[in-house]
Amino acid sequence: MTEHAIIMRAVNKYYGAFHALADIDLTVQPGERIVICGPSGSGKSTLIRTINQLEPIESGTIVVDGVELTAGGENVAKVRKDVGMVFQSFNLFPHMTVLENCILAPMKARKVSRAEAEKTARHYLERVKIPEQADKYPAQLSGGQQQRVAIARALCMKPRIMLFDEPTSALDPEMVKEVLDTMIDLAREGMTMLCVTHEMDFARAVADRVIFMDKGRIVEENAPAEFFGNPQNERLRNFLGQIA
Amino acid sequence: MIREFSSADILFIVTAVRWTLILSAIAFAGGAIGGLAIALSRSSQNRVLRRIATGFIQVFQGTPLLMQLFLVYFGLAVVGLPIDPLLAAAVALTLHASAYLGEIWRGAIEAVPSGQSEAATALALGYRDRMRHVILPQAMRIATAPTVGFLVQLIKGTSLASIIGFTELTRAGQIVNNATFQPFLVFGTVAALYFLLCWPLSLLARHLEARMRRALMR
Repeated sequence: MTEHAIIMRAVNKYYGAFHALADIDLTVQPGERIVICGPSGSGKSTLIRTINQLEPIESGTIVVDGVELTAGGENVAKVRKDVGMVFQSFNLFPHMTVLENCILAPMKARKVSRAEAEKTARHYLERVKIPEQADKYPAQLSGGQQQRVAIARALCMKPRIMLFDEPTSALDPEMVKEVLDTMIDLAREGMTMLCVTHEMDFARAVADRVIFMDKGRIVEENAPAEFFGNPQNERLRNFLGQIA
Repeated sequence: MIREFSSADILFIVTAVRWTLILSAIAFAGGAIGGLAIALSRSSQNRVLRRIATGFIQVFQGTPLLMQLFLVYFGLAVVGLPIDPLLAAAVALTLHASAYLGEIWRGAIEAVPSGQSEAATALALGYRDRMRHVILPQAMRIATAPTVGFLVQLIKGTSLASIIGFTELTRAGQIVNNATFQPFLVFGTVAALYFLLCWPLSLLARHLEARMRRALMR
């Protein structure tokens, strides 16, 4: 049996009467890089937020790394330890230094010693190319630096899967590249990644598959060449026309 | 028999300040514990806890502190405890402070952006760790100025304990006035002493608020 990284089966999610996710079926292989795009309100952020149960679902099954998330209980915590997430608004803890941001979860959730956690943190801060900022507070950093810290913080939990929820949307244009470069490095190292983003160059460069969502459904999914070169769906053609 | 307002009377009034301070300290400490419980209940996912906390706040914010003092004072006898003015005042003021601090702190907890809790949750931190390391430290900064402001209210509120016969600052004033019948002088002294307690705290609250505003603008 090959272990899938993520299996979603017939997932439905409502906000009141609004059908946010409609019959989502999605299987992700280990090491696969997936980019999800679509108009706002299409459910793309909601989709990846169900994978660590930041959003509970009404029906369906989600299995992450062989653990059935939707069974609840201990499984939720187990999945969250293995799934890192990066947010549009960074969400660094403003009252902690960069280093403290990075060591909190490994120490509390993984019960790693402080020395070990700091060693890991410095390693990943080095990898996102800001080791010298370890003792600063988030407010002292630029947006791009903050987002790289957020990536390092997530990596410190040694996740098997990384979720990115519009990681560059809140950044000034000149800072987008440094964050995308960090993500490209991560992709090259074989991390399983799901990225909600409108950075189509990034999708072309690293995605194995691009998914287009509209009105809570996966409307089209394909390899980037096919997805951009020969879009089948009318709404996708419109969408690509608008963002190009 | 009316006597002069003497230095002994002033000394009597000034030493009564300690009971005002002790009562304020007990009520504030008790209110801090109760208030934290109320604030956490009010902002929790559990509907029953939320309802109980909301009801508690509504009752204690919707009735006069004086009635609460009376009810606790006479209630002590009903449950078979000795009628003791300090105990009654401490219990009533603690409940009162719990309701108000609970509401102030709930506001502070909810003022922490939801992304903070989401990020902590995504990092697999449980409720305790999220609250302790991420949410409450940030809420505390937001709550500091209004909390000090409430402490000022609480200190002044302890004056009501005089009515159930607890000899704190106000009651000491009444006792002296009954013997000297110089109300303007006596209560002027009492008021001045309250002012000396509360004014520095008001300044502190204003200073903290300004610092908070600067921190948010950074």
